[in-house]
Amino acid sequence: MSALESANKIKAKFGALIAEPTEFRGEISLKISDAEQIFEVCNFAKRQLGFDYLVDISSVDNYGEDPRWTVVYHLRGIASGEELRLKTDVSEEKSELPSVLPVWRTANWHEREIYDMMGIRFSGHPDLRRILMWEGYPFHPLRKDFPLAGKPSDLPGVAFTQVTPMEGGPFVTLPTSSDSIAREPRVRVPEGAEPAISDKRLIGGKLI
Amino acid sequence: MATVQDIEIPDSAARAAAAVEEAQDIQGEKMVLNMGPSHPATHGVLRIVLELDGEVITKADPDVGYLHRGDEKIAENMTYTQFIPYTDRLDYLAPLANNVAYALAVEKLLGIHDKLPPRCQYIRVMVAELARISSHLLGLGAFAMDTGAVTVFLLTFTEREKIYNLAEAASGARLTTSYTRIGGLMRDVPPTWCDQVRQFLKEFAVALDEAHTLLTRNRIWVDRLRDLGVISKEMAIDYGLSGPNLRGSGVEWDLRKNQPYLCYKDLDFDIAVGSAGDCYDRYLVRMEEMKQSMRILEQCCNKIPGGAENKSHEPVNVADGKITLPTKEKVLTSMEELIHQFMLVTEGVNCPPGETYFGHENPKGELGFYINSKGGGTPYRLKIRAPSFINLSILGELMPGAMISDVPVILGSLDFVMGESDR
Repeated sequence: MSALESANKIKAKFGALIAEPTEFRGEISLKISDAEQIFEVCNFAKRQLGFDYLVDISSVDNYGEDPRWTVVYHLRGIASGEELRLKTDVSEEKSELPSVLPVWRTANWHEREIYDMMGIRFSGHPDLRRILMWEGYPFHPLRKDFPLAGKPSDLPGVAFTQVTPMEGGPFVTLPTSSDSIAREPRVRVPEGAEPAISDKRLIGGKLI
Repeated sequence: MATVQDIEIPDSAARAAAAVEEAQDIQGEKMVLNMGPSHPATHGVLRIVLELDGEVITKADPDVGYLHRGDEKIAENMTYTQFIPYTDRLDYLAPLANNVAYALAVEKLLGIHDKLPPRCQYIRVMVAELARISSHLLGLGAFAMDTGAVTVFLLTFTEREKIYNLAEAASGARLTTSYTRIGGLMRDVPPTWCDQVRQFLKEFAVALDEAHTLLTRNRIWVDRLRDLGVISKEMAIDYGLSGPNLRGSGVEWDLRKNQPYLCYKDLDFDIAVGSAGDCYDRYLVRMEEMKQSMRILEQCCNKIPGGAENKSHEPVNVADGKITLPTKEKVLTSMEELIHQFMLVTEGVNCPPGETYFGHENPKGELGFYINSKGGGTPYRLKIRAPSFINLSILGELMPGAMISDVPVILGSLDFVMGESDR
């Protein structure tokens, strides 16, 4: 099954929501007109069409145009080797679309990065914090209206924005459980017993 | 004559009770430990906030971004060719591989990435494989040193020095190589280069065997790595891992085989795949990959079009005056070439509008460039898919349950570089 067939399957399932697939340099792109549906489309692509690997999520700032944001998803099926690009537009007023974190866990840091760099929010993301810039930084530097030389901000480049865990002593402590032997991960296997994983293993098809 | 003495036996039950009482005060406490951003085992500036229960990690929150320079923003403000030096500084342990990846990404947008001259393809493969060996050697040396085996570090750094010499002979620079150009290379390799590579391979084979002898069956090394940081196949795919970290978990995915670019389909090599997905498997995969890179280099030395000295004058640049710079004589004697030179230098390579993604099998994983072009010599948006960034995102799930002494081992086995992760 080629990527184009997969694209047509998505189109057949979601109908008018999906524009005609386009091809450029052998890559298939699909545009989704309603960003609110991105989760459903991605979920369908993963569960039904085998796109189990999310390569990347990118964002584009179409400054001066409406809608302003384009979010681009690169999907791949590891078993089939096919690749598909999904795109959806988000307006500047809304600046929000559903998170695809429940579909692929790798989306976590990608979405945090887009929120940090572009200021697009992902609803349903459990931990939408800044990732590359520091917490409390007021701007989104990849926007086209952000100058290359940067802008001064009230919060200059600080290393730590939270109270350091070291404050108030050599360390701070929190309540926990009591069984310290059970949670020890590396209890030695007794003499003569079977090790957890066999001593022999395959590397490059060779038993070593 | 033996004497009888009374021995005082303290009330053991009372002591046990006192111990329990004492223990209750220390039990039930978790500690938050801040590791990094400047810690030898983090190989750069990575900060991890660890929550510890005794010696066991219960929560880990990696904090990246200390090396953020805004490469993506910078790329939007310069021509495609001007960005090549910035790619040196992504994964600064394998700058040659980044150069190749970026050049191929722009060439894909131009539609010429499969029409490159064969000599150019072979040289690019050779420098990319040398970069792979160099990067894996550093990863291995630092990994072993963090685990307590310092000898390996000295061994691998001796070999890396030779690769730097080869990079210098080819590009003129040891670290900031900027060796590729859009549509070809900065220059051809010198005539003796292939012999130097052969000589290196001969010496490196011995050193690699020595590293194997020092580590692979070393009881301490095996004990510390085995069954630690286990990443299942499903987890590796779900987290988007790539490179040796993905293959160490048993996923047979290598862009050189699955989406062959350059001349990889003419070369004979195998993909190393692990089975358990633990730190030891990732180590073995890297060791095997170096061996496979040696095979590739050996074949390239023999098959390179034009031979080592290029007596038949095989080109290393595409024959398109609108993409690659003309020779100096042509610029000085011909009007058309002068105009091409002027336009290329001032406006950049004129790329068509459109969007492409190209993924390259870098030493650390899949280095991808998503280029969104509106036409002209500058990208409208250039997104870098940094493998180290994505490989690090699994830490929050991988660390809990391990002990604090396992942290350097897990970090070393993931083999990341912060210059690339933070961009």
